[in-house]
Amino acid sequence: MDIRDLDRRPPEDAGGLVLADPLKRPPLINREALALQDKLRPLEYDNQLVKTLDEVVAWCRKNSIWPVMLGLACCAIEMMGTAASRFDLSRFGMEVFRPSPRQADLMIVAGWVNKKMAPVVRRIYDQMTEPKWVIAMGACASCGGMHNVYSVLQGVDQIIPVDVYVPGCPPRPEALIYGILQLQKKVQHSPQRIITPRGEG
Amino acid sequence: MANTPIVERNPHALRRTVEQDFPTGEIMTLNMGPQHPSTHGVLRLVLQLEGETVLDLKPIIGYLHSGKEKLAENKTYHMFIPYTDRLDYLSPMANNTAFVLSVERLLGIEVTERCKYLRTILCELARISSHLLCIGTHVMELGAMTVFLYTFREREALYDLFEEICGARFTVSYMRVGGVARDYPDGWLDRVRKFIDEFPKKWQDYYDLTVNNDIYIMRTRGVGTISREEAISYCLTGPSLRASGVDYDIRKKEPYLVYDRVDFNVPVRHEGDCYARFLNRLDEMLESVKIIRQCLDQMPKDGPINIDNPKVIYPPRSRVKASMEDLIHHFLLASEGIYVPEGEAYHPIEASKGELGFYIHSRGGYEPNRLKIRSPSFVNLQSLGHMSKGALMADVVAIIGSIDLVLGEIDR
Repeated sequence: MDIRDLDRRPPEDAGGLVLADPLKRPPLINREALALQDKLRPLEYDNQLVKTLDEVVAWCRKNSIWPVMLGLACCAIEMMGTAASRFDLSRFGMEVFRPSPRQADLMIVAGWVNKKMAPVVRRIYDQMTEPKWVIAMGACASCGGMHNVYSVLQGVDQIIPVDVYVPGCPPRPEALIYGILQLQKKVQHSPQRIITPRGEG
Repeated sequence: MANTPIVERNPHALRRTVEQDFPTGEIMTLNMGPQHPSTHGVLRLVLQLEGETVLDLKPIIGYLHSGKEKLAENKTYHMFIPYTDRLDYLSPMANNTAFVLSVERLLGIEVTERCKYLRTILCELARISSHLLCIGTHVMELGAMTVFLYTFREREALYDLFEEICGARFTVSYMRVGGVARDYPDGWLDRVRKFIDEFPKKWQDYYDLTVNNDIYIMRTRGVGTISREEAISYCLTGPSLRASGVDYDIRKKEPYLVYDRVDFNVPVRHEGDCYARFLNRLDEMLESVKIIRQCLDQMPKDGPINIDNPKVIYPPRSRVKASMEDLIHHFLLASEGIYVPEGEAYHPIEASKGELGFYIHSRGGYEPNRLKIRSPSFVNLQSLGHMSKGALMADVVAIIGSIDLVLGEIDR
């Protein structure tokens, strides 16, 4: 799915709706916002200065993504391993794991999300500031993995939009780093306008 | 005088609480977790506070429940082995071993000598790996990042050893009922020996960084104490129990594998505080090194690694290709699994966090009727409330780290 198709704002009634039933999908595509975006697009890059500025901003964003410190299960150990001495995630400007979601713009969902945890994960996602991205790390976060059971959510994309899926059980640190590099590409090439109409972006 | 730690000069120098200066008498309820940097995953605590002092602490679990005991009921015995990896994901080799030992007890079989030594070596490597993470994260939560980076350096070396033997870094699924998945590669034992030869020198780094560190001592000594009687009544096991003066180690009391043939000490301390629990873990790593060194010396150089029982474990590939009988066994084992007669069995082992055991009840068949996991973290967690009573709020972080909780094992 293209990043343009995702309206990343939480739905109006996110609080009640999502917390009551974590399995209910939030509306991922907001048609109105999309139409508005299409209307504005021709105007956007008429100005070469704005275009260049956009690229610079995207470049800055992709090289200083701060993940939220959310370790769920086994994958969290590999996530720690990625941040630690041998693999040294700081080479990619991402070692600043933030305990508070309000200071983070990437959520690495590392481990299985069960139905008791789902509202919490969704709330943490909602609390993150825009723009924000999600990596589903490992089989459990991507599709439930080996835990095909009554209590586990079969993929975290049922509650939050996911940008990059990293396969593996658990993925090796190299795999996570590759996923992160893919995300950086996505951040660089997705249209993120710095001059946005009120209420968007 | 200059060399004595500051706490010994004045133990209460920096432990004045807010309510001592500004008494209010108000009680506040504070929620901590499930997303909190120090709760080792998704532990949630509800604290009753008066100022900074913890009056009561209630852990709320279930944020990682994945129904493993239920899943086991419709999986064959071999299919369940990968699930044991994800219980205590810091020492999967020990979990594997605990599970297959229970099944082997139920089947009444005994593995070969070489396999016993190999399992002992792997269990001890897993213990080192788990204690390294415990020490690293525990000290990191108290504010010292360096130890974490050092311990992960050694953990990576251990991961390389695991990867070489089974292909995965820590979700190993290496043990099998009646043996192991495959023999270790040439030269692997030499590399284990190289690791344990180098380890004590690196161990010294952690020791120097923490044990005589004023700040570390101040944060842990006398914090989260639990007496001998209370530790026993809370069913604490592992290094946390031995820090309260109880000399109980399953490796000594109920020896399994080859622990009765090797010489090692069980570190016991009497203070019962976070510092003692931490020191116990540090010492246990050196004892593990001793055990591994003796195992490497005593281990038979040749002989089969797996038992010769094609109803339980795959016959060698060369025989499967040559003999019809073995081909049938191979097919049946792959498609149906192991037939386990009616009965029940429990085999405790001393995992890195305490007593770990799988209680298996079979009605006769290819799947267990009921499987109950006695996981050390789950049982040790209940003492957290007791240890934290009267401590400061910041001490709760130190106490959680010192009893070494893993949520995968608590919620399972």
